[in-house]
Amino acid sequence: MYSLDRRASRLFAQEKSSQSLKIPLRFFTEAEALIVAAAASRIFPSDDSGVGAREAGVVIYIDRQLAGPYGRDRYRYTQGPFEESAAREFGYQGKATPQETYREGLKGLKGFDELAPAEQDAKLKQIENSHFFALLRQNTIEGMFCDPIHGGNVDMVGWQLVGFPGPRMSNAAEIDKYYGKAFRPKPVSLEQIVGDKVHPSEDETS
Amino acid sequence: MAKELGQRTSLSVVILERGGPRNLQAYSADMDELDYFVRLHMMQDAAQETVTLRHGANDRALPIRQFGAFLPGTGVGGTGEHWGAQCPRLQPDCFELYSKTVEKYGAKKLPEDHSMQDWSVTYDEIEPYYLRAERMMGVSGKAGNLKGKKIEGGNIFEGWRSTDYPNPPGKLPYFGSLFGEAAKSLGYHPYPSPAAVLSQHYTNPDGVSRAACAFCGFCERTGCMIGAKAQPTNTLLPLVQKQKTVSIRTGARVKRIVHDAAEKGGKARGVTYIDSAGEEVFQPADLVILASWTLSNNRLLMLSGLGTPYDHATGKGTLGKNLTHQISFPAVNVFFDKPLNRFMGAGGAGLRIADFDGDVIDHTNLPFIRGGNFGAISTGTQPISTFGVLPRSIKARWGSEWKKASIDYLDRTATIAFSGEHLPYKSNHFDLDPTYKDQIGDPLLRLTLNWHDNDRKMVEFMTARGVEVARALGVKEFNAYQGYGDYDVTRYQSTHVQGGTIMSPSPEHGVVNPYLQHWQSENLFVLGASTFPNTGSANPTPTILALTYRTADAIVDRYLKKPAALV
Repeated sequence: MYSLDRRASRLFAQEKSSQSLKIPLRFFTEAEALIVAAAASRIFPSDDSGVGAREAGVVIYIDRQLAGPYGRDRYRYTQGPFEESAAREFGYQGKATPQETYREGLKGLKGFDELAPAEQDAKLKQIENSHFFALLRQNTIEGMFCDPIHGGNVDMVGWQLVGFPGPRMSNAAEIDKYYGKAFRPKPVSLEQIVGDKVHPSEDETS
Repeated sequence: MAKELGQRTSLSVVILERGGPRNLQAYSADMDELDYFVRLHMMQDAAQETVTLRHGANDRALPIRQFGAFLPGTGVGGTGEHWGAQCPRLQPDCFELYSKTVEKYGAKKLPEDHSMQDWSVTYDEIEPYYLRAERMMGVSGKAGNLKGKKIEGGNIFEGWRSTDYPNPPGKLPYFGSLFGEAAKSLGYHPYPSPAAVLSQHYTNPDGVSRAACAFCGFCERTGCMIGAKAQPTNTLLPLVQKQKTVSIRTGARVKRIVHDAAEKGGKARGVTYIDSAGEEVFQPADLVILASWTLSNNRLLMLSGLGTPYDHATGKGTLGKNLTHQISFPAVNVFFDKPLNRFMGAGGAGLRIADFDGDVIDHTNLPFIRGGNFGAISTGTQPISTFGVLPRSIKARWGSEWKKASIDYLDRTATIAFSGEHLPYKSNHFDLDPTYKDQIGDPLLRLTLNWHDNDRKMVEFMTARGVEVARALGVKEFNAYQGYGDYDVTRYQSTHVQGGTIMSPSPEHGVVNPYLQHWQSENLFVLGASTFPNTGSANPTPTILALTYRTADAIVDRYLKKPAALV
């Protein structure tokens, strides 16, 4: 039985080796990526309760999402006119795509990655109610817990953190057995159960 | 319908589907929360076509830029390929909502601005068709009313059934079992939620065999890769594909139903569609079946000029009236002390109570009519969508404190959900938007939709009942729902949008007759919940299938022998 260890049991590759691992960015400049990584680490810190955005590779996840159809609003209705100050019940009615929202938002966070954590938190509090922060927060959660094919949840550290086993073909033997007891099988990823390469939607080009 | 016509007639049938093909193999790699649950991989592409929404007639409608409140499907099989498979029948009085309510409470009890009307078919008439649909899908459940005899352990408030369900109930997850005990302690009557998910291996009357559910937990919003969940591709498509007279054209986006002018009889001549190469094609037809789901059913009829558009200011016209969206909300989020293993689950796995459904309780002294059922269903949850649901006492939304609490509460959080009847109102309706267009330049469908007093009062009352169950569960912390404000397009609340092309006993009151035949075009039939004058508290699919089977019989046994108006 796999036991849940909430401490960071597997650090990000770069920390241990003397070699530096270069991961090619698809959308962010290096400066932008450092800021996004820092901001994600304030939203989902690495701390006593376990790994965070850094170990999970959240910045890589967000980078890939923004370079793909999500980033350019491929599946959102983007015809005008735009009612930018619509009531909350109508959802986001703005014109800016996630790419544009991030680019613009990151301009306002210049030098963020060099601030002390407390100052970083104060800066994020200032933009807490912005559409940019809403995307950042949501994308950080996604990057923590997505299947590893999307670039985040590296080595399934996010799933290990919360005891989620990933895609399991069957729970028929356990569904009415573990009443009140945690059932925590070792996580598996989608490619592991499929046994083949799986193409994430962010790789679509049309 | 295609399967029925293909099997029982020599008609050449062409299915036109705007989306792509689907098959079981495609689902083997779909256990991915991000792409399927969050990015809505199997749903309609809002960039190509969406709808607009306004709360009242004096407002300007805004586009639903990203689907949230409801998730229209696309592709062969449509929403049936990724639904949650809940399969209850409607309560008998749902079909005679107006007359039954007036009979019991008097006309004064009816909500202001209502537009309730009887369906013109009764539960008794379609009971045999419900059975046919349940047998085709292999619905798992336990009867609570067999020909009037109440059976303990089933839903004793349901409409009479001629037989039990084709399959027994599936296994019960932990949360469901806790809910069941709490409900019993309050004197309620919990029953297994009927589901089109096989509890055992099953071969249906058509000879289609499918495997039992494995409770993988990736049920709703994804296709079932082992075929345990009933979907068009695993129940009907195997038969349709064998029928030489039936063909499916994918990438075919229907634009208009071509028809004679109303004064010349209104007969449909066929449809025009945009094919996958972008060319406009005319497909002639002697019989047109419109089954494009609620939104497109309305829109295509409007764009094609088939029906008299409803004008809510004057009350004249029928096309677009009685728009409803089934009431659905999380009555209480409960936080247990023990883990629930929420990743395990299946469509409909769990228990419900119908003690507050329909008119089970006396509404004489209540400020609303009708009701619904409560459910403790474990469909299977994944972390992106559920991380961060916390007791309201915790204010943090990011950072260490939030992270720690969210990890702590993740696997011990559950929802007591309520699913209720939404009444039709004169002001809630469909029409065409004057401003926004789809990708090929046609106006989008516009929804004028908001909650009314009856809806809000029902929500309030039912939330209080849910809280009582939460207390009976013995949980120390829970969040009670905070009520319906204005209709919110961002909050998912079931894909049960209904109405607009409603059935009626005569042409002045609806768009189709009791056989779903268009009043103004006798060789045009409309299938789907757009034909429902009101919702039930029940998920509409079994009722849609039952009515479809009934219409298929009417077409084969009567219409094809003598093409004419059936009523």
